[in-house]
Amino acid sequence: MIKDITIGQFFPGKSVIHRLDPRIKLLLTVMYIVMLFIAKSFSGLGVGIVFMLISFLLSGIPIKMMLKSIKPIVPIIIFTGILNLFFISSGDVLFEWKFIKITSGGVTTMVFMAVRIILLICGTSLLTYTTSPITLTDAIERILSPLKVIKSPAHEIAMMMTIALRFIPTLIEETDKIMSAQKARGADMETGSLIKRAKALIPILIPLFVSAFRRAEELALAMECRCYHGGEGRTRLKQLRTAPRDYIAVAIGALFIAAVILLNRFSPI
Amino acid sequence: MDKFIRINNVTFSYVNDYDDPPTKNTVIRGVSLGIDRGEFVAVLGHNGSGKSTLAKLLNAINLPETGEVLINGINTADEQRLYDIRRTVGMVFQNPDNQIVATVVEEDVAFALENIGVEPSEIRRRVDEALKTVGMYDYREHAPHKLSGGQKQRIAIAGVLAMQPECIVLDEPTAMLDPIGRREIMNTIKKLNSEGVTIILITHYMEEAAQAGRVVVMDDGKVIADDVPKKVFSQAEKLKAVGLDVPGVTELTHSLIKAGIKLPDDVITEDECVDCLYNLLKKG
Repeated sequence: MIKDITIGQFFPGKSVIHRLDPRIKLLLTVMYIVMLFIAKSFSGLGVGIVFMLISFLLSGIPIKMMLKSIKPIVPIIIFTGILNLFFISSGDVLFEWKFIKITSGGVTTMVFMAVRIILLICGTSLLTYTTSPITLTDAIERILSPLKVIKSPAHEIAMMMTIALRFIPTLIEETDKIMSAQKARGADMETGSLIKRAKALIPILIPLFVSAFRRAEELALAMECRCYHGGEGRTRLKQLRTAPRDYIAVAIGALFIAAVILLNRFSPI
Repeated sequence: MDKFIRINNVTFSYVNDYDDPPTKNTVIRGVSLGIDRGEFVAVLGHNGSGKSTLAKLLNAINLPETGEVLINGINTADEQRLYDIRRTVGMVFQNPDNQIVATVVEEDVAFALENIGVEPSEIRRRVDEALKTVGMYDYREHAPHKLSGGQKQRIAIAGVLAMQPECIVLDEPTAMLDPIGRREIMNTIKKLNSEGVTIILITHYMEEAAQAGRVVVMDDGKVIADDVPKKVFSQAEKLKAVGLDVPGVTELTHSLIKAGIKLPDDVITEDECVDCLYNLLKKG
């Protein structure tokens, strides 16, 4: 069913990772990315792998999901791999044929980059697996709120994201209905050239847009009736509170970064 | 004592600035009404009779062109008191999908309270209370788009109820619902009214209006009838002249009376109809 698609692939759960403050989770994700980018050696990446695997195991998300998250980026990995393989010339020459030259340095960089990209995707997807979109939006609002001083619309951005998330299923359902209605009138959307099929989408998109605008107007009215007047003086049902486990998590993250820095100094590659 | 809601000789027009010269469409033409605390008023009228516009005048979404609307003595044109008015008079719209803001039921019910700036612990208490009142407490952590129309509309009512308004205006809340959803909403409305909330129900279902304590009939921006349901529906001819029907049972008894059968002319509910027909047949 088209209706059942999940946005951001959130898996509800009660693990330690799920219960971490979303702001801390965002911070840890940033720390993890830093970790991967400052690592200069395979042993440094190894620290990243350990960090990610521990998080995955604690979250209770099946490892299968980790592999699934890599799938869409396989082409990118292959592409960067080929570039690295052919264009980096350092170390011993392993293979040479006409203008193609493969060096040991190229092979090492290729593997290193591939591992780094895979780790990057696996680790960051854990954030969306364990945090519901609405909590994530909330966290973003809180993190951006100091920027209100320079008139950055933190609350408005978060509100827009919430409403967008709220209306995605509604609009998908509506698209479904409009498609059926147009098909019932003989619209053909499945055959013909790409351009023809793109043109066939027009009678679906126009009613969808018209209805989206109408919905927006009604929603704005309903929000006004419920005293909405922007982010000023607003309280929240769910307060974000940091617990000791959040500080422990940050400390662990910091230790891992320190480990990577140390390994950079003491091991060559 | 002064009325809770007082509408004094109000007119209202929609102005279309895009036309050249701007056109003016007057939809409310001199309406005066007084509503007491705790009343259950149904507003009837066919499309374009001005009933939805009247509803929006009650919580300062629309401001009167001439005349005034007073809620608890507060003029709706008083911008300083805007949020006091909106907290006193809550509003529920026709399409439940277009009034739910959040992706979790309880967050949506909390929306109004968050806007007013209520303390988190108090929000929690009022949200739970509102959800229990509409019978949706068990669904508090669900996603709204997976609920039925009637359930969604009850969430919308809970969202308004959490503000603890003295009056709730419902603008055709059942128009998009199936019969089960419609019954759920009517039961919720009646329950709220019995707890002392003033209800103003805009509808075009005669059966729903028959359950109210008072019926106001609108046509072409004017109030043409304002009385208890029995009195209003007994004027079947007048209602038909403005494009409205009477409840099916009223229609039936009126036809029987015309055919010369002795029956009361103010039957509006099925139970009454069954009773009087039963008595008639027993005698006959």
